[in-house]
This record gives sequence, C-alpha cells and structure tokens, in this order.
Amino acid sequence: MTNVKKKSQLVEVVKRISYNKGAVFGGILFLAVVLLAIFAPLIAPYDYMKVNIPNRCLAPCREFLLGTDYMGRDMFSRVLYGARYSLLIGVGSVLFSAVFGVIIGAAAGYFGGWLDGLVMRLCDVIQSIPGMILNIALACVLGPGVFNTILALGFQGIAGTARLMRSSILNVRKMEYLDAARTSNCSSFRIIVRHVFPNTFAPILVQSTMGVGARIMAAAGMSYIGIGVQPPTPEWGAMLADSRDFIMKYPHMCLIPGVCIMIVVLALNLFGDGLRDALDPKLKK
Amino acid sequence: MAKYIGKRILLMIPVIIGVVILVFTLMQLTPGDPAEVILGSRATDAQINALRAEMGLNDPYIVQLGRYMGDVFLRFDFGTSYISNVSISTELAQRFPKTLIFAVSGMVLSLLIGIPLGVNAAIHQNSLVDYGSMTLALIGTSLPGFWFSLVLILVFSGKLGWLPAYGIGGIKYWILPIVSTAFAGITTMARQMRSGMLEVIHSDYITMAKAKGVKKQSVIYRHALPNALIPVVTVASMSFGTALGGTLIAETIFAIPGVGVYIVNAVSNRDYPVVQGGVILLAVAFSFIMLLCDLLIAAIDPRVKAQITGGKKRSKKK
Repeated sequence: MTNVKKKSQLVEVVKRISYNKGAVFGGILFLAVVLLAIFAPLIAPYDYMKVNIPNRCLAPCREFLLGTDYMGRDMFSRVLYGARYSLLIGVGSVLFSAVFGVIIGAAAGYFGGWLDGLVMRLCDVIQSIPGMILNIALACVLGPGVFNTILALGFQGIAGTARLMRSSILNVRKMEYLDAARTSNCSSFRIIVRHVFPNTFAPILVQSTMGVGARIMAAAGMSYIGIGVQPPTPEWGAMLADSRDFIMKYPHMCLIPGVCIMIVVLALNLFGDGLRDALDPKLKK
Repeated sequence: MAKYIGKRILLMIPVIIGVVILVFTLMQLTPGDPAEVILGSRATDAQINALRAEMGLNDPYIVQLGRYMGDVFLRFDFGTSYISNVSISTELAQRFPKTLIFAVSGMVLSLLIGIPLGVNAAIHQNSLVDYGSMTLALIGTSLPGFWFSLVLILVFSGKLGWLPAYGIGGIKYWILPIVSTAFAGITTMARQMRSGMLEVIHSDYITMAKAKGVKKQSVIYRHALPNALIPVVTVASMSFGTALGGTLIAETIFAIPGVGVYIVNAVSNRDYPVVQGGVILLAVAFSFIMLLCDLLIAAIDPRVKAQITGGKKRSKKK
C-alpha cells in the first residue's frame, strides 16, 4: 500500500466494488434509504403522529400506501420517519464504538506492556457476555430512549474494534516505514494518526459497515421487548411492539416494519461483503 | 492435553470474576435507591434508612462487591428479588434448563441443516443450487430474529392453525421457538461452511487425493470436510452466544418461562439483583460453551494439538 498515488487507491477500490453486482445493488439500495430518511418530511403524505381513529387498521390502499396502524396513523409516513431513527441508532452506535475502540486499541497495540494487558483482559470480559445480554443489562442501567440505546449498543462494540485495531497495529508496527518515521523524529501521536491508522483502516471499515446492520436489528429487538426506543416514536422495532396485539388480525402492521429492517440490513450486508472483497489485497486481480 | 485443559480452565476463572465485577459495577451505577424500590413511594425516610442499613447499602462499594462475590462464588447465592422476595438462585435454577434446552436444540438444528447446505453449495459452486442457497442465507442473515418469530406465528398458528402461538406444553409448543432461534444459526453456518469448504477444496492435498483416484464422495467427506469444519466450530460457539441473546427475546414472544423472560421483566420492574444474577448466569454459561469449543478444536485440529502438546518433535515455528 503506497501512499504516493493516494487517489488511485480509492479509484481502485471503487472500481473493484463496481465489478460486484451485489455490492453495487446494496450500495444503491442503502443510499436510497438514506435519501428517503433525509427527505422524509417532503415525501411523507401525512403527519406521522396524527391519530385518525375513523381510519384505523386499514390495509394498504391508494389513499394510505402501506395502510394505517391501530390509531389510524399512516404507516408509510411512520416507516419513512422510522428510517431516520434506525439509521441514526445503527450509524451512531457504530461510530461510538469505532471512535473509542480505535483510540483504545491503538494505544494498547502501540504502547504494549501493562496497558495492553489490561485492555485485552477487559475486552475478554466484555466479549464473554453475549451481545444481546450485555445490551439488556446496559439498557437496564441507562434506561430507555434513542440516545441510551445508542450507548448500550455501542459499548460492546468497543471491545471488538479495540481488539481488531490492536492486531492491525501489531501487524504494521514492525514495518520499516515506521522506523523511518521514528528516525525523522515524529511524535507517537503523529505516527499513530498519520502512518499507522491509514494502514489499519480497511478492517475497521468493513467491520463497521457490517456492524450497522447488526445494530439496527439489535435495536429493533430491544425496542420490541420494551427496553429500547419507546412507542410512539416510529422506530421500526417500537412500531412492531406498539402494534403487537393487532398482528394476528392485521398482518400488514407486523410485516411492513420488519421488511423495512430487512431491506436496510440486506443492503448493508451486500455492500459490506463487496467492500471486504474489494479491500482485501489477497483478492487483487 | 490434560495440562492444556487445566490451563484453559484456570484462564477462565479471571474472566468470570471480571464478569461478576463488571455486572455488579454496572448495576451500582443505576439511578434510584433499592430501598425505595422495595418499600415503594409511601415509605418514610426513617424506614428507608433502616432498610438501607439492614441491606448493607451504606457500606462502601468495595465491601458490597466483596460480599456479593462471596455470596455468588461460595454459596451460589444471587440474593433475593426486590419484587417477589424469592431467592434468585432458586428461580434461576428452575428457569435455566428451559433456556438451555431452547438454545441448545436451536444450535443443534442449525448445525444439522446449515452444514449440509453449505457443503452442497460449495461442491456445486456457481451453480443454481449455490446461488439459491446463498441468496436464501443472505436474506436469512438480514432478518431480525424476533420478527421472523412473529411471521412464523402469523403463518403457522394464525393462518394455518397448525401450531400453538405461545406457552409451554408438549412437543408442539417447542417447534416454532426452536425453528425461529435456529434460523439465524442456519444461515450463518451455511455461509461459513461454504467459504471454509471452498478454501479447502482448492488446496493441494485435495487435488492430490483426486489425482490418485479417490472417489469423489470420499474426497469430500474424508479429506475436505474435517478441515473445513474447524472454523465452523468457532463460529458455532460464537453464534451460541447470539442464540442465548436471541432466546431472551424469543422467550418473551413465545411466553416461555425461562431466564430471558425473568431478566426482561426484571428490567422493567427495576429489580436489579435479578438482572445482575441472570446476566452473570448466562455469561458464565457462554464461557463454558467457549471452553468446550476450544477443547473440541484442540482435540480435532492436529495443528493446534501439536502446539499444545509441546510441539517438541516439530522444528521451530516458521
């Protein structure tokens, strides 16, 4: 990985992704969801919170594209706004764990010694608690809400990212270009930020892309059992929780939010797979 | 080998102690006073203070931690529930078998279906079978498990009326919960198995086996499969953790009185000792599964085995 032709590297990766039909499809799909979420106020035909009892529990029709829920609120508008919450939670929690994980992992890997030992033992402990179980414990401590869900979901990821960052750092630590940087009197901080980090970026990026989808699913699960985002906030899991008593009679209330989650996660998985292959130097052709 | 097993078990002890400390500390950070939770909002300050003293809540953090760890490790006592005043250990002992049966049978089912699917896809790489099963697996990994359970209920008990939607009872009651927990595992296993198998199929010793005229079936099942299975064992143990987490939600949906429902209800009732005990129990169970998996890998993978049993006969690594 030379940094001499900085641009050509990015172009190269983009080119390799574009050969992968699945990844292109996933990327476009995800971009579409992001755009829908951003422009939700312009697209949504109704106010997503407006209760309209005479029109309750309608199946999808021309007036209400995806039907209405048990309070007569338009499902299409709710789903659009729901995308905002789900994306915010997914991306927010991944960023949270990426930022802290990278800093902690970089420090552990670069300085080694007792710090490394301590960080790795802590990671062992955190990772020995199954994800959803730790999420529930944290949700219990933090209480429900969008922001607290982001924190609860982000916490565990710190351990995984820190571990990944540490091992990448250990890989590049012995490289000659670091000796060169050190002899030219770079500070530790500058070496990590300018020389080590760009070369350890790829695995973190792939892990994070895949992580967003997993977090969206976990967040929906937490909202469903009532410890994540609370109704009437139109987060997709909370929408499912909110209409759980009506699911049998009006299946569209159950199917629509779930399909939305599936589309976003599928898009991210496809794109993440493609990104992983594109960034893997072993697969270079 | 015995030495390795001993060492691996010893290594688990600090992790379990760490888990107890971490969970205890987290629960200490929760807002609100346990004495107030127990006595309700109408209690007087004097009553609350008396109860705080009785429960030892006025002691410094480190003393409380020490006492809790003593109770947990020496007497397997997780305290009593704030709400029902029942011993948490008794309750967990009653509920844990259900959660375990649930998670383990889901795991077994996912291995039984996922492995053949993955092998089949790898053998017929780039065929219709391959694309079909991998597309299904990809969609499967993108489905939220709890939503899949809802859809199963909707179809099999709502529309078709074949199976009960929730509750416990005969074998009929177990089908939907187990299938829904197994589903995520099946797709993960199938994907992992396929990529593991593809990696092995292109290695030299497989070409060698084919060249010397070994039957195709035999090449696949005797030569390729054992090596391709090793990464699957690791993934399986990780996804057991996911399955345990998934059961927390699935138990709520299917109304199975296991540890998951206990914890989830405790969260909404602010019954912290229950959450604390339940989380510790499940984390320890997960650690044991990881231990079993490591030992299994050591037993089946000659490379790891050689490292453990000294590797004296071998020349220097690399």
